[in-house]
Amino acid sequence: MSALGLCYPLRVATASPPPIAVTRRHTALVRVTHWLTVISFFALLVTGAELVISHPRFYWGETGNSGTPTLFKIPIPSSRDTVPTGYNYVLPDQNGWSRYLHFEAAWVLVLTGLVYVTASVMTAHFRKNLLPSPAQWSSSAIRDVFQKYLRRAPPGDAESHSYNVVQRISYLLVIFVLFPFVIWTGLALSPSFDSALPATVNLLGGRQSARTLHFFVSGLLVIFLVAHVTMISLAGFWSRTRAMITGRVKFPSERS
Amino acid sequence: MNISRRRLITTGVAAAAGVAGLAAASRIARQHSLIPPDGCSLYGPGETLTYAAQRLLTRHSLAREFPRSMISSVPFANEIAKPTEEFKRHQAAGFSTWRLTVDGMVAHPTAFSLSDLKTLPTHSQITEVVCEEGWSYVAEWIGTPLANVLHEVGVLPQTRYIVYYASEPYLWGSIDMADALHPQTLLAMGMNDGDLPVKFGGPLRIRVPRQLGYKSLKFLTHITATDTLKRFGKGLGSVDPEYGYSWYAGI
Repeated sequence: MSALGLCYPLRVATASPPPIAVTRRHTALVRVTHWLTVISFFALLVTGAELVISHPRFYWGETGNSGTPTLFKIPIPSSRDTVPTGYNYVLPDQNGWSRYLHFEAAWVLVLTGLVYVTASVMTAHFRKNLLPSPAQWSSSAIRDVFQKYLRRAPPGDAESHSYNVVQRISYLLVIFVLFPFVIWTGLALSPSFDSALPATVNLLGGRQSARTLHFFVSGLLVIFLVAHVTMISLAGFWSRTRAMITGRVKFPSERS
Repeated sequence: MNISRRRLITTGVAAAAGVAGLAAASRIARQHSLIPPDGCSLYGPGETLTYAAQRLLTRHSLAREFPRSMISSVPFANEIAKPTEEFKRHQAAGFSTWRLTVDGMVAHPTAFSLSDLKTLPTHSQITEVVCEEGWSYVAEWIGTPLANVLHEVGVLPQTRYIVYYASEPYLWGSIDMADALHPQTLLAMGMNDGDLPVKFGGPLRIRVPRQLGYKSLKFLTHITATDTLKRFGKGLGSVDPEYGYSWYAGI
């Protein structure tokens, strides 16, 4: 093993040329927390959608119910016959297990996030891998990335080993803005948590505002998820996914 | 695979510490009643974390109260079961025949009429009813704190849960002593300056404002003090887990 091996062991395969080298891409911390987040986010999304179905009406302010005006309605049938939806049928009630699973998955997500953020600060993962470098931090560099995206140019080998500036900014936004906000707006919906820290809900403009914001931030996270999976598919779904499972990438990257 | 001896030892020590830590945490949780009665299911770890965190951090906190100007002009009356013949007889008698029986681990089991309950110190609160479906309204609730009634009947110190039943006894729930003795947990007989309307649970409902609406059972007739929930229903603490809903609804 080479001297480099302490952090990035280069293992040159003995196969015939061109030599394919395998390098470490993602740490075990990043991989484990990534997949725990995937599992818990998926559980939260499915169960959250079920909970919306029981009352697909949204309000602003402290209170709102089937007898008050809405901010907006989702034009879907409901799992409750007390909700005026315009449909003459009622969907089956899935709220029981959805609530249980929503909060259990929320615990997994929050604890995973705490481990990830703490360990990432300690190992300088944010500074080394996610904060845009001074060279990347310019409007022309950001424009270059978008132009490459628009041309659908395949990512170069550099991007198999490091994030580009747009990736870095979106990951940082998801980690430090969207996830904290979805957790905050979710906690604001807990009557007992609000009793201890009323500012949790009052700062958001009331309980129904918190519920509406929780729905919108979840929507932004879904938009991120769609963009993320799309970009991964364009870059090579299996090579990127394998890198997030095994932690290793091969280069020069094989493309089909 | 290269696994160094150092890595093997640190992983082993970490795993052993993790298992020992979990075992200790579970013992402490059991000792301090931090495991909810429905905490042994697939969703038990999540429920236990939620309930234990709330009991450690928010045991005495007060639910938000609102100014009179925020009382909802349109409180939403959720669906109720069709009234039984027995209920109609009580209604015809102006609920003078309604009784709240309090028994179990108490020194003096008592049946209270509504006028008996009205002689106890009155408390009113303007709090929000929060349904698990997502909707809510604010109303004023007038009644006597459950703690007054428990004090009146001499609840025994080993009591850990208060179980309560509606006039249709298949509807029942329970709360722990932190909620039962909480100053805002109310036996409500009035709403917004009038008698509690039947469609909102009149003549008598419990209000547990730090939990979701489904814990605030309507048409209350019977309260039992107990040190275990195992003997009640399927032993899950209320009828809600039997339908898939969590026992602790403070979230």
